[in-house]
Amino acid sequence: MGIKVNLEKCVGCTLCVKACAMDAITMADKKAVIDTAKCNLCAACIEACKKFQAITITKDTSSKIDVNDYKNVAVFIEQHEGKIAGVSYEMLGEGRKLADQLGEKLVAVLLGSNMGDAANDLVKYGADKVVYCDSPELVKFRDDTYCALVCEFVNSDKPAILLAGATAVGRSFIPKVAARVWGGLTADCTGLDIDKERKLLLGTRPAFGGNLMATIIAPHHRPQIATVRHKVMKAATRDDSRTGEVEIKKVDASKIVERTKILDFVKEIESTVNIAEADIIVSGGRGMGKAENFELIRDLALALGGAVGASRAAVDNGWIPYSHQVGQTGKTVCPKLYIACGISGSVQHMAGMQSSDFIIAINKDPAADIFQIANLGLVGDALQILPELTKAFKERNK
Amino acid sequence: MNIVVCIKQVPGTTQVKINPDTGTLIRDGVEAVVNPFDEYAIEEAVRIKEKNGGTVKVITMGPPQAEAALRTAISMGADEGYLISDRAFAGSDTWATSYTLTAGIKTLGKVDLIICGKQAIDGDTAQVGPGVAEMLNIPFVAWVRKVAELNETSIKVERMMEEGYDVVEMPLPALITVVKEINEPRMASLKGKMKAKSANIVKLDTTNMEVDHELIGLKGSPTQVLRSFVPERKSSGEKISGETAELAQKAASVIQNLGIVK
Repeated sequence: MGIKVNLEKCVGCTLCVKACAMDAITMADKKAVIDTAKCNLCAACIEACKKFQAITITKDTSSKIDVNDYKNVAVFIEQHEGKIAGVSYEMLGEGRKLADQLGEKLVAVLLGSNMGDAANDLVKYGADKVVYCDSPELVKFRDDTYCALVCEFVNSDKPAILLAGATAVGRSFIPKVAARVWGGLTADCTGLDIDKERKLLLGTRPAFGGNLMATIIAPHHRPQIATVRHKVMKAATRDDSRTGEVEIKKVDASKIVERTKILDFVKEIESTVNIAEADIIVSGGRGMGKAENFELIRDLALALGGAVGASRAAVDNGWIPYSHQVGQTGKTVCPKLYIACGISGSVQHMAGMQSSDFIIAINKDPAADIFQIANLGLVGDALQILPELTKAFKERNK
Repeated sequence: MNIVVCIKQVPGTTQVKINPDTGTLIRDGVEAVVNPFDEYAIEEAVRIKEKNGGTVKVITMGPPQAEAALRTAISMGADEGYLISDRAFAGSDTWATSYTLTAGIKTLGKVDLIICGKQAIDGDTAQVGPGVAEMLNIPFVAWVRKVAELNETSIKVERMMEEGYDVVEMPLPALITVVKEINEPRMASLKGKMKAKSANIVKLDTTNMEVDHELIGLKGSPTQVLRSFVPERKSSGEKISGETAELAQKAASVIQNLGIVK
């Protein structure tokens, strides 16, 4: 059990030593030796040793479940104040694809109140079956209640796969679901696929701030659970000809022991667009100089219908609230267009936005690191260029 | 107030870079550090202790050298350090780690509040905090940006959501995971460093923790890494300089052609 080096196959090339992020591999007598106390089984060495195939990881498991008892792809549908979150349509789109690959059904799980029409609509967006738990206690997200109901669904419906958005809500209670049902959870995936032969979910996710990608499987546990990053998957499109079954569960959620109490919600994002869900983000950094200059960022964001982001430097200077911060200690975003203004491009900032589809960087310093990942780099003063750019779109909008 | 902080030792983030030519990790001078998010957790625990009295115990699971992370926490004001280390735990994923940490926390006596960083910067999973809360069967709030009120029996916190924050109250004992906005971690004082140097670190392993051997290490871990690889770098695109109007025009036409502006 565990990781092993086949000494006959190992040629002593040291590629694995270089690939190891944990510093766990050393050479002895020209053969790789793995320190299992340091090794975190990330499999980077296996990739490095593809040519010689001298390193293998074997896995033993205590799981006693029969994975064949589990079927179908389930999607947790997130709603806020009765409105279904954008990321949930992306989950339906992706879930549909996975279900088709497996030849299984797509099941949408909705928790809310007075959302009958929305529940029916989920069928039009690709669900074969909708499980709708209706109770006034479900309007607001609360950890214990949501966890209890989703676990109940898992135990009764036995889905092979469960998907949820990697949102504040999803990443809060889904790990509790996985902990309770001993499911295999992969967080914050940017890619999902199916190993058809083994009927396994392949969840690919960034680690080390996006410097390394890992594909994770859960061969012996069910459900295979994944939280999925916003804006990576294609949203399902509505098709009114689709039919399916809607199961309304009258839940007495007051019977669930809920230990957290929501006293208040304070809206803080200044524009109406949430940066995690935005298609376009205009972001400002130290180069914006002062708080007032952030108006230029807001103006362009408004003209483009986008959201406002910021680097850590801008937030630390108090120019804009922390909720707008993009980067390793802020939010990870992947919009279709990211415009970085006066942002030099620290490793931490880039970790939070480098998977954006298209990046435009505006910076006075031609040697700024941000240009390395920009699709279009403008060497110039953001304070001058931004108003011009805003004007171009304002005129167009007229 | 008995506070426990769960921490993780991670490679210093800025050092983990990829050599674009060879596609391998550059580890020059990689230094193991306390996960940055955990520093906010330690700081918050120490602040609560300073205000309300009590003790701060830090606990980590990792290789023997993770002891250094515990000493760093003590230098910042924590009182006691507990190191869970055993080869039997090797290969733990977030589920098995949550399970093992839970077993470790159960050896610490009465606990009122557990604080974790929102996630570790190496794995970025944010799963162990909620996992521990679930396994201890205590209430949990993620993404805490402020502890608004705290007394012997309950805690009121602000939870960061995408579009603002929730004010959430729950009874103790409870677990919170904290975000960067919660505080500014202090630098260790000289006195703190001295204390950390001589502090006794309690070692926990399968001999003095109650664990089900079926649920630890690789056997207890549902997930497995199939493959890790260096992502394809976006080739750096066009970089242009010139007059402001020219640059703005170029950007406008590029944005236009993306076809995403409504």
